Amino acid sequence: MSFVVKAVGILQQPANGVLLWNNTSVRNMATLKDISRRLKSVKSIQKITKSMKMVSAAKYAKAERELRAARSYGMSAKSFYDSLEVEKVEGPQKQVLIAATSDRGLCGAANSSIIKNIRAQLTDPKQNLEGTKVVAIGDKSRAGLARTHAANLLLSINEVGKRSLVFGDASAIAQQLISSGFEFDSAEIVYNKFKSAIAYTTSRQKILSNEAIANSKSIQVYDSTDADVLRSFQEFNLASVLYYAMKENATSEQSSRMTAMDNATKNAGELINKLTTYYNRTRQAVITTELIEIISGAAALEQKN
Amino acid sequence: MAMAATRFLIRTATASRNPVFRLMSARTQATSAAPASGSAADMLFTFASPSEVFYTQAKNVRQIDVPTMSGNMGILAHHVPILGVLKPGVVSVFELDGNTKRFFVSSGSIAVHPDSTVQLLAEEATAIENIDSKAAHDALSEAQRRLGAAKDEKQKAEAQIEIDCAEAAIKAASGVYQ
Repeated sequence: MSFVVKAVGILQQPANGVLLWNNTSVRNMATLKDISRRLKSVKSIQKITKSMKMVSAAKYAKAERELRAARSYGMSAKSFYDSLEVEKVEGPQKQVLIAATSDRGLCGAANSSIIKNIRAQLTDPKQNLEGTKVVAIGDKSRAGLARTHAANLLLSINEVGKRSLVFGDASAIAQQLISSGFEFDSAEIVYNKFKSAIAYTTSRQKILSNEAIANSKSIQVYDSTDADVLRSFQEFNLASVLYYAMKENATSEQSSRMTAMDNATKNAGELINKLTTYYNRTRQAVITTELIEIISGAAALEQKN
Repeated sequence: MAMAATRFLIRTATASRNPVFRLMSARTQATSAAPASGSAADMLFTFASPSEVFYTQAKNVRQIDVPTMSGNMGILAHHVPILGVLKPGVVSVFELDGNTKRFFVSSGSIAVHPDSTVQLLAEEATAIENIDSKAAHDALSEAQRRLGAAKDEKQKAEAQIEIDCAEAAIKAASGVYQ
């Protein structure tokens, strides 16, 4: 017969069988060994999360510094798209959604919130699925969207942002998008806008196509805008806005990873404390049981004599 | 081309104003978005490259000379709204206090909006003093070698762009600004 006694107050939720203070196995050393093994593994996990936190803190500091310069640059570029008035075109729209994610996980919900945002739009019954394409920057968005919407993937880009992002990366992506041959009416970049070290918002940045800009009423006020200049301007602006959005996203990702790893380290610390207490109690229980056995054995011998 | 050159002279009259008045008008604009008063301080100038910011909505700028694909142009406050593409060359920024700062830009875009905000976005930009003339000469000969070895139109065009850029950098480093 075996029955489970929960160690009072120490372990409210035994994670698996190893942690159960099983009266039948207190006697042998296996439980003690199991606990010490678990303790060791949690400790090494803590070491990993701790160093990951340190690495991302350094990366975050760099990203934040670079973002400050990129922001002023990006704000100017993006204001061009935001301020231009475009008329709504009737009929089915061709749309491109650019998912600015990264290759790596372990950064909280930074990547998944972008994927969720896009998937919500793709699964919307009103959405014109045939006319919507996704550009997946980073392995995470590709993996997340390929499962359900493989037909909608236009481009996927990885290995971006391994080292810190430069303008050349963004312009290469813009180049790919332009030469992909998909003529979109509108495009949106879905990215995490960095707010502070602990907060970001998943936002969208509108991008206008060449035609939309050329047909816009507000473009008329600009002098001597021949098609060639406008096209170069738009392409450069696309790269600039892309660069800015990706920079924001990279900073959010690093800060999010920093927070996630900080939490993981704290949780591991808590688990270590619990396990250490549990380990010591179990050890004492084993000693006590052994003592009782010896004493009662001796007493039984004495009674015989 | 010719049109761009004439734009050089547009509204030069607004440039010379009493500095006190300018200061006041800047203040009123900040508080109550007063209508354009015609002073040079109305220009909000932003000049940035992806990795560096030189001016952010700066009001202390009188005139900016930029090299564009359609010719060099000088921009003062209340310039006609334009969109333009930069070519390699020197951007000169004339500040209100008489200082002139010169930057080398490789490429980029210029936008002058109807509200007199000027946005100069360069792919790469640096102060003229930082140009390494020797490195520019090296880049030039390297690009010329590649132009000779170019197999298709694309490579040729890329090499040509590099040559233009290197030549402009050499010119800028030697003190020729236009």
